[in-house]
Amino acid sequence: MFQNCKFSFTKHFKIFAVISLLLVIVGIIGLVCIPFGVYLFNFDIDFLGGTTMQFELYTDVNADVTANVESIVKDVTGAAPSSVIKAGDSGTQVVIKTLELDSETRDQVFQAVAEAYNLPEGDQPIKSDYVSASVGADLRNSAIIASAVAAALILLYITIRFEFRSGVAAVIALVHDLLVMLSMYIIFQIPFNMNFIAAALTILGYSINATIVVFDRIRENRKLAPKEEFAAVVDRSIWQTMNRSINTTVTTLLAIVLLLVFGVSSIRNFALPLTIGIVAGCYSSVCLSGSIWTKLRGKEHKQHA
Amino acid sequence: MKKGKSIFSLVVILLLIALFITAALNGLNLGFYQVEAAKDGIPLGLDLVGGSEITYEAQIPDGTSAEDAENGIHSAVAMLRQRLDMLGYTEASVMTSGSDQIVVQIPNVDDPEEAVQQLGTTAVVEFRDADGTVWLSGSDIKAATYQYGPIDNSGISTHHVVLEFSTEGREKFKEATKAVANRSGDDNYLEIVMDGEVVSTPYVDKQEFAASGITSDTAVITLGNNATAESASYLANIISAGQLPFTLDCVKLQAVGATLGERSLESSLMAGLIGLILIILFMCIVYRMMGVVSSIALVMYTALFCVILSIGHINLSLPGIAGIILTIGMAVDANVIIYERIKEELRAGKTLRSAIDTGYKNALTAIIDANITTIIAAVVLWWRGTGTIISFAQTLLIGVILSMIVMLIVTRILLKAAVGFNIRSPKAYGV
Repeated sequence: MFQNCKFSFTKHFKIFAVISLLLVIVGIIGLVCIPFGVYLFNFDIDFLGGTTMQFELYTDVNADVTANVESIVKDVTGAAPSSVIKAGDSGTQVVIKTLELDSETRDQVFQAVAEAYNLPEGDQPIKSDYVSASVGADLRNSAIIASAVAAALILLYITIRFEFRSGVAAVIALVHDLLVMLSMYIIFQIPFNMNFIAAALTILGYSINATIVVFDRIRENRKLAPKEEFAAVVDRSIWQTMNRSINTTVTTLLAIVLLLVFGVSSIRNFALPLTIGIVAGCYSSVCLSGSIWTKLRGKEHKQHA
Repeated sequence: MKKGKSIFSLVVILLLIALFITAALNGLNLGFYQVEAAKDGIPLGLDLVGGSEITYEAQIPDGTSAEDAENGIHSAVAMLRQRLDMLGYTEASVMTSGSDQIVVQIPNVDDPEEAVQQLGTTAVVEFRDADGTVWLSGSDIKAATYQYGPIDNSGISTHHVVLEFSTEGREKFKEATKAVANRSGDDNYLEIVMDGEVVSTPYVDKQEFAASGITSDTAVITLGNNATAESASYLANIISAGQLPFTLDCVKLQAVGATLGERSLESSLMAGLIGLILIILFMCIVYRMMGVVSSIALVMYTALFCVILSIGHINLSLPGIAGIILTIGMAVDANVIIYERIKEELRAGKTLRSAIDTGYKNALTAIIDANITTIIAAVVLWWRGTGTIISFAQTLLIGVILSMIVMLIVTRILLKAAVGFNIRSPKAYGV
């Protein structure tokens, strides 16, 4: 289908570089801010400790309702909740996020809301999650260790599998994909929790795949035409593997996007980062990684000259 | 491949698929082994059936010896089991996590906060007589330990509990046993009670102790002929629960209502089914006959996945289902790589047979590479992941390995069969 396409990814690298920069800049800023205590991410209670409760109110949740629920929570707990947002398929539910509350207080909050909105006898929160700060710290450490170990192992694999420069290019593409995911987490304020770690590591494993397929083809074509200019080989290889890059992305997306459409909110929060990561992975392996390899080669060649 | 052989391999594959689907839907009796239907054999996580997971952390004071703390945790587990039974949560489970945490999982709990409060409070352990008079309380007992060995001159070993009293407790126990031994009826027993519920009723020997009661520092409770190591240590733990060296704090709660759980399950299964159908359509449109081959393999993969989960009784949570769905999408990747290669070879004018062979040979390294990195991610997540994410790591790992095997082997057999059937038109291969 794409055999005769002539568009050069290597020549238009600057355009893609700018697009990528725009995509990752928010994520980078978010990361840089963390050590300064500024959290642009919507860190979930998993990692910071706290309480989230989801109630069915049987009434359309508008700004008045959320404000009212907010003041009820403030009356009961003595502190304003971190957030009260609308939820549920028909928008009749609220999700209340607060700092740590003990069991009695959580119960009181529900009773107060139940009374205010005449909830039927015997109703209970649809969902209730509580994590103490100390457990949150443990979970955070687990997540950091998991990410570090997985990243180290995948890097090790790349080092064994690739020659140095192509390995660096592959890693840059991976970092790009993760940063795009982080940017989207900030922009859409997706709750940042263990789900993100799982999604990120999955993308780390999955995305390198697309790059490997392109790079393998580049290597193969180089053997067939050793005298051809490197950039031209890269472009040809990208187009030769384009069908595969797109078709694989489509089938994986078909599966995961449906969870995004039909799933309940907790699984949507898992499917969304996966979707973003899959698209970013496809984009970076096609538009970025080959060109970066070319650039890295070019630099070294000039140094030798 | 000859036509006869082609028919044979096609029939075998189709029969296998039928077998796996039957096993997944209705279960399968193999004579020596019973494969349960997926809906019975796969335990569903609390996020899919509704329920609460409560994590208690023992607030162990500084200076507590590791042994005391460990015994305390065992007592607390027994106490929680006893309470769960008393509250009617018969399907609940209790397990320890790390050195100081206890995780309680209760399916279908009506009021999670009530459960948190009822389960976690300090146990009230008392020794009462038949009239309900309280003679001793938890603090009078220094230790209750399970032991196995002979307790009298007969030399016969029994499972029993040894009580060790505080100075005050010793006096109280002496009075109690004396009073009980002197009762006129058949009610010469002490009730051991936790939270108002009688756990055990040991009798006090009338003749031996009527005069002065039990005066030693320690006393032995036997549990009759049916005593087991389990029942005796359970009793010892329950008695100790009245005097835990720590309090239990709820440090984590995850409660999902039954309705939400049910909806989570239904919606994700529906998403998976529609996803499967769309992927099959996509593959059939793009790769024609080869797409049909992939689809057959994909159906087999999905059914076999369910059977494996059922045989292994692998706990499935919502992210676990997402993992299965994700791997269904990723499974055809191997085929896409191979098929694109086959198409190229065909365009280059190669014969069908050699195109298929080259396609599989050249694509193999890329496919293995791709899967190894995903396997690394899955293994690390399994090792370090928490909560429901472990289920995702498990299904991802099983899915990646299983898909590599099924999609490669089954499609190759079927494509060779197709050659045997003389399907040679390039159009059939999407060229």
